[in-house]
Amino acid sequence: MVAGQMEEPPVSTLQIDNANVLFPISANEAPIQALQDINLEIESGEFVVALGASGCGKSTLLNLMAGFLAPSSGQIRLNGQFVEGPGADRSVVFQNHALFPWLNVIDNVAFGLKLQGVEVGERLATAGEYLKLLGLEGFEKRPVYELSGGMQQRVGIARALTSDPEILLMDEPLGALDALSREKAQELILSIWKETGKMIFFITHSVEEALFMSSRLIVMSPRPGRITNTFKLNFSRQYFEGEDARMIKASPDFIAMREQVLAIIFGDELAKEGDHV
Amino acid sequence: MYKQQRVKSGGFFARIMRARPTRPGETYGVPGQGDSLLISAITALILLGGWSLVTGMGWIKPLFMPSPLAVFHTFINTATDGFAGATLLEHAWVSFLRVFGAFSLACIIGIPLGLAMGMSRVARGVFDPPIEFYRPIPPLAYLPLMIIWFGIGNLSKVLLIYLSILAPLALGARAGVRSAAIEQIHAAYSLGATRWQVLRNVILPAAMPEILTSMRIGIGFGWTTLVAAEMVAATHGLGYMVLTASQFLQTDTVIMGIIVIAIIAYVFDMLMRWFERRLVPWKGKM
Repeated sequence: MVAGQMEEPPVSTLQIDNANVLFPISANEAPIQALQDINLEIESGEFVVALGASGCGKSTLLNLMAGFLAPSSGQIRLNGQFVEGPGADRSVVFQNHALFPWLNVIDNVAFGLKLQGVEVGERLATAGEYLKLLGLEGFEKRPVYELSGGMQQRVGIARALTSDPEILLMDEPLGALDALSREKAQELILSIWKETGKMIFFITHSVEEALFMSSRLIVMSPRPGRITNTFKLNFSRQYFEGEDARMIKASPDFIAMREQVLAIIFGDELAKEGDHV
Repeated sequence: MYKQQRVKSGGFFARIMRARPTRPGETYGVPGQGDSLLISAITALILLGGWSLVTGMGWIKPLFMPSPLAVFHTFINTATDGFAGATLLEHAWVSFLRVFGAFSLACIIGIPLGLAMGMSRVARGVFDPPIEFYRPIPPLAYLPLMIIWFGIGNLSKVLLIYLSILAPLALGARAGVRSAAIEQIHAAYSLGATRWQVLRNVILPAAMPEILTSMRIGIGFGWTTLVAAEMVAATHGLGYMVLTASQFLQTDTVIMGIIVIAIIAYVFDMLMRWFERRLVPWKGKM
């Protein structure tokens, strides 16, 4: 199976130390502090979900990890190596999938391997396996613009997986999906996580999604963007043990947790409104 | 009160401006939807009919406007006997070579130039001023300069046409660089792409629709400039044929030449549209 050999996986870590991000506005105004004093360490096998009101810096944090953005101060290291730009060890799944419409489904998935110079037969075989993993068998030759939103997003996930990254960075990947596709995609991502044991950093606006999927939940607050709360969670383990996803989400533990997190986020939103009055 | 009554009375303008009812099989509100082929065919027939009428009734003298039939006869005569020492095919071939030679040259230089201007601050800084400086100048204005510099042979003619095509092509390719979404570029980099791979595999294909459009616009400029290029010291060519005929008041040859140029340009445009459908079927879909 694809990259699934899990006997004693080497421990990888993504480490962020005292990262600050400032966005300058103009010469005579103070810059916006998008992220303040971020300390975060992700180890292999962790599923970290970032949740927070809009403007809390979730996407900025992801861009920092991906290398699309450099911190104003502080550092980011992957397995001890400083992150200085984007690379194949940190694949990104985008909110709007960002597929290439001039390539068909399988060529989109095989794109990363093509960049590495993998010979065509081999890269199509590998891409085909990932398509199978994501339930897209039979769609290999279809143009991506003919697929539904949920299928496009799955192609995007398959594309990110083929380069066998250390960490998968997912920026609200399920935001545009309908409720049913979304729940199916959640379960699919969880099963891929379990199968590959990769680190995942996942951004969402949905509290339920965050609670259900994360092994660690970080709640962020805006102005300045910072991590205010961290929760260790194991609802996904219950799912792996065979419990029904809907039952888990309806359990008293889950609901209590949801209310606790919602209270934090609503508190942030209220504080924001208070500022504007 | 008065205004309301006017709307109710349903005058011509009120009817034109009113929102139309929904029709089955159509997406409501798409501007200008529906097939216009039949209307175009009717328009062409009416124009041709009007032309036949005004010339056939003798309302306009043949010196100013010969009849369609006369133009057709001229076409046959020029095709077989020739005009000014060469058959129509020879004239057309010479012009074709000039325009498409210049067009190919402009594609080879203009598209990479435009991409470079879109990709690099330095290239943009260097090439933007000269291109923007010469672009709005009519080719006729710098034709004398081209002749002084490059003589009266084919070189100055092809260069003149080439310059008229270069600017729209370079600007189109440059604008096309912006077509790739930043997420697509980021996706490629986070899959390990180099700068060159991003250019080759993301930016170039994303720019293809704009490049093809600018090629269509560019070749149009090429045909427009052809007549100017063949004004001086030409012995063959459609532009030369039209200009010479006009000096002898052979209006039928002038009109015939114009129609031949129009047909060649139109056929090429159809070809380009076909290429567009084949090369960028995804245009506007994502």
